[in-house]
Amino acid sequence: MERLKILKTYKIYIGGKFPRTESGRYYTPLNSEGEAFGNICLSSRKDIRNAVVAARKAFGGWSERAAFNRGQILYRIGEMLEGRKSQFIEELVIQGVSTVDAKAEVELAIDRLVYYAGWCDKYHQVLGSVNPVASSHFNFSTHEAMGVVGIIADENTSLIGLVSIIAPTIASGNTCVVIASESKPIGAITFAEVLSTSDVPGGVVNIVTGSKEELIQPLVSHMDVNGLIYSGKDREIMKELNSASTSNLKRIRHYEHHWMEPKSQGLHFISDCTEVKTTWHPIENIGGASSSY
Amino acid sequence: MNKTNGTVTTVPYDFTQSPRIDKVGVEERVSRFQKRSVKNEMKLQGLKMALNMIDLTTLEGKDTPGKVKQMCFKAAHLHDVHPGLPSVAAVCVYPSMVETAKKAVEGTGIKVASVSTAFPSGQAPLKVKLMDTKFAVESGADEIDMVISRGRFLSGDYNFVFDEISAIKEACGTSRLKVILETGELITLDNVRRASDIAMHAGADFIKTSTGKIQPAATLQVTYTMLEAIRDFYEQTGIQVGMKPAGGISNSKLALHNLIMVKEVLGGLWLTNEWFRFGASSLANDVLMQILKAETGVYQSSDYFSID
Repeated sequence: MERLKILKTYKIYIGGKFPRTESGRYYTPLNSEGEAFGNICLSSRKDIRNAVVAARKAFGGWSERAAFNRGQILYRIGEMLEGRKSQFIEELVIQGVSTVDAKAEVELAIDRLVYYAGWCDKYHQVLGSVNPVASSHFNFSTHEAMGVVGIIADENTSLIGLVSIIAPTIASGNTCVVIASESKPIGAITFAEVLSTSDVPGGVVNIVTGSKEELIQPLVSHMDVNGLIYSGKDREIMKELNSASTSNLKRIRHYEHHWMEPKSQGLHFISDCTEVKTTWHPIENIGGASSSY
Repeated sequence: MNKTNGTVTTVPYDFTQSPRIDKVGVEERVSRFQKRSVKNEMKLQGLKMALNMIDLTTLEGKDTPGKVKQMCFKAAHLHDVHPGLPSVAAVCVYPSMVETAKKAVEGTGIKVASVSTAFPSGQAPLKVKLMDTKFAVESGADEIDMVISRGRFLSGDYNFVFDEISAIKEACGTSRLKVILETGELITLDNVRRASDIAMHAGADFIKTSTGKIQPAATLQVTYTMLEAIRDFYEQTGIQVGMKPAGGISNSKLALHNLIMVKEVLGGLWLTNEWFRFGASSLANDVLMQILKAETGVYQSSDYFSID
């Protein structure tokens, strides 16, 4: 007799824990061959609310960590992902990716984490500046984390699109609430399992699954979300992002990248999620021969 | 019914015979209050009611007149960008800050409550406690929050506790007296019930759970036990006594659970800030955020509300 396969119920990831959705609902997406590959939480606006609360709570501690330590932790995520490579490949395959492409996607995701891990304690030097001013001030600009960032992940990929946005977002000390791909959500949840075992403090990354149509509105209009990243081309979603985020003037970033391409990583993904703070520090008379700036 | 000033002497009462409390039963009962679904209009009304019952509190060693003034301003102007909100019921401060607070809330209708009797430990002789109370009353406190002598209570010296409360009651004059039981130090619900009975018979206008300095503070179990004591006292004597849970009530949901409990145990008569208060410092902002969420449909951020 053939064994009856167990369809795993994937939970969401909020505040370092794996709760079921508050609503108790689930959906069962099918792959291109019409097979069900898991029961996925159909999250509600209250899950978004809980996730934002968790992200806000985690922001202080995460952004105040030493940049070097954030780099260590991002590298650690890459390490843990490497250790579970085969599981990710398998899961991408059941979601409809070819084995060759799945292997390439998982390996690129690992490389990308290592890439951004390296930037953690270097982007300040590259992006920051000392500015010439015409008064007796030492004037310098630094890039600081924005706060809680809402991420609407790439719909077409399960892992690489997600990782390519989360990594640069948290590299500078932001925390995030991610709405995973609706049709290919498994990579996101298994990635959450990786995050929870790789020294990332709870709440730094929160991942919910479910209907984009339902989840985008409460996330985008949330007053405690400081920035939004949307990966995709849907004009209706863009419109909603632009109109619903006006309440607290969130920064909106919109990427249409194909995340497997080499150019879809870079320093500007980090700077996109930062705010420039410029400080005017009084110094002695600027006209003196020995003064520099 | 209003309370006559002074101690209730007509009813002889043996405090060792206070009713025993069934802890499991209380927990069962309390868990049901938490399952009520309060939505939309009703929620909004409940939130506004909760806001109006808050004693905005600052009781820290580092309190300064500036801090107290700022809190008083907040009490009167909770969120001015949103008109139509009630103010809180009172501000609660140390005796040394009463004068400052009194001046700051002048003309707003907000009352000034002062803790006294060597708050929070209550470890001082009666003479000192009376002076402490008189000082607060003379500085203009409308309400006095006293602490009971928990050590004496736990060693069974109920008469001492009774006499102390009635002496303070006398010193209060026309100011209303809230008696803090500090339930976190009373250990059992039986003790909470007994202390409630002692306080009410000795002349308390309000009974209050905690100082806010000890955990656990105002749990629903403790508040429920005290509400039952109030109900029984009201049935026996016809005297209405107020209730003030304090400490640990920091979100709207918990506040609503409390209101539901008051309504179901004591009835609507207690649902005004004359007879029910929340002692809290961070509750107000959460209630405000929930009110705005209910009215705008958008989740709020503490970035846009005053700092506690």
